[in-house]
Parts: sequence; C-alpha cells; structure tokens
Amino acid sequence: MQELTVTRLMEIIRECAGEGEGLAAADDVLNVEFSDLGYDSLAMLETASRIERDYGIRLPDEQVTEATTPRAFLTLVHDAAAESS
Amino acid sequence: MTAATVVTGMGVLAPTGLGTTAHWSATLRGRSAIGPITRFDGTPYSSRLAAEINGFVAADHLPSRLLPQTDHMTRLALVAADWALQDAALVPAELPEYGAGVVTASSAGGFEFGHRELEKLWSKGPEHVSAYQSFAWFYAVNTGQISIRHGLRGPSGVLVTEQAGGLDAIAQARRHLRAGIPAMIGGGVDGSPCPWGWVAQQTSGRLSVARDPARAYLPFGEGAAGHVPGDGGALFVLERADTAAERGVRWYGEIAGYAATFDPPPGSGRPPTLRRAIERALDDAGAAPADIGVVFADAAGVPDLDRAEAEALRAVFGPYGVPVTAPKTMTGRLGAGGAALDLATALLALERGVIPPTVNVTRPVPAYEIDLVPRPRRVPLTAALVLARGHGGFNAAMVVRGGRGTRLPDNARRSETCRS
Amino acid sequence: MNRRVAITGIGVVAPEAVGTKRFWDLLTAGRTATRRITFFDPSPFRSQVAAEVDFDPLREGLSPQQVRRMDRTTQFAVVSARESLADSGLGAPDLDPSRTGVVIGSAVGATMSLEREYVVVSDGGRRHLVDEEYAVRHLFGHFVPSSIAAEVAWDVGAEGPVATVSTGCTSGLDSVGHAVELIREGTADVMVAGATDAPISPITMACFDAIKATTPRKDDPATASRPFDRTRNGFVLGEGAAVFVLEELEHARRRGARLRAEISGFATRSNAYHMTGLRADGREMAEAIRAALAQARTSPQDVAYVNAHGSGTKQNDRHETAAFKRALGEHAYRVPVSGIKSMIGHSLGAIGSLEIAACALAIEDGVIPPTANLHEPDPECDLDYVPLRARESRVDTALTVGSGFGGFQSAMVLSAVDRDDR
Repeated sequence: MQELTVTRLMEIIRECAGEGEGLAAADDVLNVEFSDLGYDSLAMLETASRIERDYGIRLPDEQVTEATTPRAFLTLVHDAAAESS
Repeated sequence: MTAATVVTGMGVLAPTGLGTTAHWSATLRGRSAIGPITRFDGTPYSSRLAAEINGFVAADHLPSRLLPQTDHMTRLALVAADWALQDAALVPAELPEYGAGVVTASSAGGFEFGHRELEKLWSKGPEHVSAYQSFAWFYAVNTGQISIRHGLRGPSGVLVTEQAGGLDAIAQARRHLRAGIPAMIGGGVDGSPCPWGWVAQQTSGRLSVARDPARAYLPFGEGAAGHVPGDGGALFVLERADTAAERGVRWYGEIAGYAATFDPPPGSGRPPTLRRAIERALDDAGAAPADIGVVFADAAGVPDLDRAEAEALRAVFGPYGVPVTAPKTMTGRLGAGGAALDLATALLALERGVIPPTVNVTRPVPAYEIDLVPRPRRVPLTAALVLARGHGGFNAAMVVRGGRGTRLPDNARRSETCRS
Repeated sequence: MNRRVAITGIGVVAPEAVGTKRFWDLLTAGRTATRRITFFDPSPFRSQVAAEVDFDPLREGLSPQQVRRMDRTTQFAVVSARESLADSGLGAPDLDPSRTGVVIGSAVGATMSLEREYVVVSDGGRRHLVDEEYAVRHLFGHFVPSSIAAEVAWDVGAEGPVATVSTGCTSGLDSVGHAVELIREGTADVMVAGATDAPISPITMACFDAIKATTPRKDDPATASRPFDRTRNGFVLGEGAAVFVLEELEHARRRGARLRAEISGFATRSNAYHMTGLRADGREMAEAIRAALAQARTSPQDVAYVNAHGSGTKQNDRHETAAFKRALGEHAYRVPVSGIKSMIGHSLGAIGSLEIAACALAIEDGVIPPTANLHEPDPECDLDYVPLRARESRVDTALTVGSGFGGFQSAMVLSAVDRDDR
C-alpha cells in the first residue's frame, strides 16, 4: 500500500463520513481542525478504523483522539506504518 | 379542559408518492405501487412483491454527512420530519428551550444497515464493523436523528407495537402536549428492504406469495392470503390548538380520541379486544358511532384477522354501518409507518370530503357485512376512525376530526413547495 | 383527581443474581459480577469483559416451547415479570385484564437470536441473499421487539395498553415512566413495567469496540467497570432485566398490598446534540432532573440518594457530575451518589429498571449500594460516590438518572410511602 497523502486521507474521510460542512471554505486543510472541517469524533473513529484495515496498521486510541488536524493524523499514520514495517 | 391536539403539518413519503400532494393524487386515482422487488434480487424468495418507494435520492434532500451513518428508513424519516416542519411553518428555534420533542414508532430498526454490518462481521471480522453500527440500526435511531437535526430538546420517545405503532406514537405526543410541551413531532416511517429483513418478515407467515400484484393483497376479499410489505410512512407536527391559533397557522384536523388494547393469547377462550379499543377511542373523542364518516381499516389481508376486524366494526357500527376503506391496498403494509400514513390519508380525506378507495378487492367477503369503498366516494366528512393492529395482539384506534374547513389555500401551497 | 403510583412488586434477573434478594445481596456486599466473556470466544475483540447472567430458562419455570420461541431478552422479561407479580400478591380478583397493561423497555431487543439466525441463513456471512430454507419459524418474533411486551402481556393476562419502549440506554427509565403516565391518566390501574436486554453478542461487542465505548481492560475482569475512577476507560457490557408491578395507590391500598415505594416524578429530555456524544455541561440531564423533582413536588435538598448512570466512560461520568451540580446545587456535594454498573455492568436498556429496583430497595432497607472499584477518584468527579462499601442511611427520596445514545436524558424520583405508619 502506498503512502497516505493528504488528498487520499481526505478522500477516505469523505467516504467514511460524507462532505464536511467546513471543507469548501478551507483552501489548505492540512492544519485545520477536523471539527472546523465538519467532522466529529465519530467520523474520525470510522476513518481511523478504515485506515487501520487498509494500511494494516494499529492506531492507538488516545492518539487518534489527540490527532485533531489532517497533519497530525498523517504523522500518526506514518509513525505507525514505520513501526510496523 | 385540556386544549385540543391539532395536526399543523405533515410529511409523507409513501410508495404512492413523495409528498402529500403526490400521495393523495395517486391514492385517489387508485394507483397501486405494488410490484416486483427491485432493491435486491427477489427471485430466490417465496414472496417477491413489495411496494417500494421509487425516485427517492437521499442526497437530494439530506446533508452528505448524514448519509454514511443512516439506514434507508432513517433517511426517509429525516425528510418526512423536514417536510412536516415546513408544512407547519414551525421553526423549532423560536420555541422555548425544551418546547418540542419527537416520538416515533419503530418496528425492526434500520435492518438493512444491520444486515450489511453483520455481513462484514461474519465474513471479514470485527474490525470491519462500522462505528455507526452502534446506533444506525437501533430502534431509537429515527427519534434521535430527528431531534438532533432540528434541535428538539423536549421529551422524546420511541414505541414499538409492530404495525400499530404509528398511532401509539401520536397518542404519546398528545400526552406531552397535554403536559404543557408546545409542539411535538410524531408518527412513523419504516422499511427494511434487504434480503435478511425480507426472510425475517416471511417467517410471520403473513406475507403474500402471489406473483400477480393485483391479487397479492386483498384485505376483506375472497382469496385474501397475506399482505405485501412496503416502505415509508408519515410524520406530523402536532400542537395544542391554542398555541397553533396564536401562531396563526391552520390545521388539518384534531387528534380527538385514542385507545389501545391487547388481545388475549390464542386459545385462551377470551374475546379479542379491538372492539373495546374502538369504543374507548370514541368515548375519548366524545363521539358517537354515527359521527364517524369513514373507517381506515387495519386490513391485515389474512382471513382470520379480517374477520375479527369486520366483527368489531359490525359490533360498533352495525352491518354495513360505516364506509370502510384500505388505501393500504396500494402501499402494502409499512411496518411502523403504515398507521401513520393512514392517519395522513384520513386527514386529507376529511379536508377534501372524499373517501379514497380500496383497490383490487373486487369480491369482498359477504359475511363480513362491511361497506368497503372500491371507488373514491365524495361525502361530507367530519370525523374518521383509523385502526391499526400489530403482530401479537396490539390494537390501536384513533379518532380524527377535520379542521372544519379552516385550512386555506396558502397552506396547500406550502405543501406543494415543500415537496420540491 | 390525583392518581399516584406505587411499586408493589419487584422482579429481577441480574448478573450473578437471578431474583431480587440475590441482586440486593450482591449490590450491598459491593461484589462485582464482571468476568471474561464466556458466551463466545472474545479474543478477536478489543473489549473482552462482560457481566453475564447464569440463567437456565427451564429452571426458572419457562416451558420448552417458550424457551424455543423467546429470545433470551424476552425470557429475562417474563421471568422477572413472574417474580414481580408473585411479590405483589396480585391475583385474579384484583387483576382486571382490561385495566392492566404492560410496558417493557429494551434497547436492542432480540439481538442475540437475530445474530445467531443470521449466521445460519447467511452461511456464516457468505450469502448476501440469505437462504429462507434455514429461517426458523420464530424469526419474526425476534425481528420485532414488540414481541417482548407481547409475551409478558400474554403471561400476565394483560389486555390494556401494551408496548415495548426502545430509547437506547434510557429505555429502562422511560418504559416505567410511560407506565406511570398511563396509570396517572386513568387508562390503567395496574401496569407490569420494566426493561430487559441481553446484548452480549459478537455484533454488539464489535460495534462498541468500533467507537471505543467499552473498556479494553483485560487483565482483571472483576475490576473492569470503574465509574468515577481516574483509571476508568469505558463501560462493561452487561445483561439482565427488572420488571415491576405498578399500581394506582388506592388500588394497592384497598387490597392491602405492600407498598415498596412510590414513583413520584419522571421526566425525559433530549440533548439534540449527537447520537453518541455528550456536551460536558450536563444541561439537558439537569433539566430532566429539575422537571422530575417538580413533578414529585420535591426540592433538591430532600434527595437522600442519587443512583447515577455512572457508565464508566470518560465523558459520561463528567457529564453526569456536571448535571448533578447544575440540578441540585450545593446539595450535590452532600448527597450520596453511587453507580451500580461498577458491579453488574451496563445492560443497555435494562439497566434503568435495575437501577429503579436498587432505589426502591435502598428506600426500603435504608442501605445505599456502593460504587465498586472506586479507588482513585477522578478530580473532575468530586462528589460523594459511596466508594467500595455500602452505607446505612435512611432514604425517603431517591433520584435515578439515565443517559443514552440518541441523546436521551431521563430522570426518575422515588419516594417512601407511608413511612410514618411503618
């Protein structure tokens, strides 16, 4: 599986949780809080679980809750991927 | 003296049409929506006919964020609530903080969603189960989602009495209004169009195995042999007459009387209780049998049950004592949505002075001695009785009175616009 | 006309405790009934602990035919209803079928049977177009949870209003609250009401795993449920039922019934916020408490015991603590508050009725059950949670609350009846 990019991450979020109300207003989503993009904790749990399956990694519960922006989430995924490889 | 409970708005999604106007016009024309199942391959199954809602695209009506987390029936319910509120011109945010709640009826929950997640669990493993499964299938989901979407923080609830639930939910909403809550959403919208739900429904032994849509569901008729399931239902905005009058809105009619009873188990030797439900609902409405201009029957389509309903009607109204109709013959039985849809149709009938027809039943069983209405019948109507029964012995009866012709064209226009 | 409602019979099926006496013994001893799941192999799941009931339906008096057609959740309800009727002493002459109704709460209905039958008809999840040939005759009864109330009504002989109430985790308060309304308004004189759930199945475990709501703690199942403790990290699933005989007070007095407690107030509100989330301020639960106290004509200072929802999730226990402070003011710091889910887990829709039973028994016995496993209080949960050991204390008025998915927030007030005469 190729590396998770921000584009792919946002695609997965859309598939898991629909079009967030704040997406249209954000030029660059990387540092925007998920809550401002229109995604709640449930949306992020659904997304995290999908990414765990797709990428064969484990994302620790607390860290998923603490990764509140796409940048933080990508870092978390990359760290987990590095650990499991 | 408690203020009357009135219906100031309705949202209808039925196999006969999306929106009040489409549903009413198809119903009056006698256009049945029963046909072969299209949402999945029905050919492996004994029963293959359904009354499905066609042309409903959830994304046209609901925010994208809600779609991954909702079952088919919840999407229908959310749209029905939107339409009912628009129809009533009610803005929940303008009410007191806990001034509105929701009571819906449920029968089996979001079964299609549940089927998909069970399939993932058993074919792929627990980590494949969606986070939304924790609520998307459960019986309380429609009430919860509607309350969230419209910020309704008053008392809410969910009643499950199989096909009788639509009336029970509206009666419960009426209780909240009587306790001082200014507005309630009440009713039921249902549907479980997946193979797993289908097989479960078949085991009731009450699904028709006919192949001809015109012969599949014949309540009170010769050859009655079960019913056809359908999707949809109706939700209503209910208010106290005094507060609705203060708002300056018109209403479709009044929820004037209600009662629910439960039948003793088979073989107990005790008499069934539908008659008592009817009599108590009439008492509650302060109405005599002669005041009722039409009965919307439960219309099970199973000979024993049809006979029991006809007997109760005969006991209260006399042989051929009241016009009886079953527009369900066009929509099938909608689970928790069926009685709510009948209530909507009854209110429209009262408003327009027309009894909608019972289709396909060309040969009513003579021994039932009921005046089954096969074609639209234009008569002055002041009150209607709606009956509903749920599997296992649930009976509910509701008396509705018309709005005394007070509903003006501006409301009708509003109903039109909220469909689009 | 001012009709009041008394509890005249109690029936309980709880983890490690079939029967009301065993239930109360367990709670007042502060023992826990949580253990590693035995119903199926839990090792593929994140959460592997539950509070299971050791229940033999035949030994509890159900016929083989009833056992075959009823899901476990329905069996619990019928067995509890029978115990409550026997306890009430209500017999044929005083039980007019047309004036007797049934309301049973359940959050997830026959979910165990549905999953078991799904596995059969789908050949272990392999067939999307499930095979009708393998569908059992009783599947429809599992499909519609209205069958739970129907079975109880048949068993009791009720022919008045009958319904299943399903409002998620407040079902057990809302069902009893609904039954109380029906007696007060004059529709019924007797209501057999309560709640039941038997949710310990793979699909339920998997869906709570997916939202990390249940505890991942595996090492010591007996201490896995830790409401209000700093180390809490999710709830422990449970199962069970509690069913009551509720009677119009004068009806009960006329036949000389033992009045266990009065249900004097009930209210429910919605947070209209989130299907699973709670706002931290507890505003709507506080409003439900306020409305229930108002209905009971009781002031916050009179509340002598609060039975908390206390699920043991981070957000619930904080939300609820905030709600108590908002509704009860300074009294929140003085009144004993405890969470029995620490001992019997969270049985979803059933737990509200089990908690009503605990309140009625606390009023009767003057003993407040403890919050087990509470060793390190969370600084954000700073009330008196009656840690570890039961406490003797006169209780004339008890408050119990519930909070559930869908945003439901409910509160009920129970009061001692005729205390001075006893």
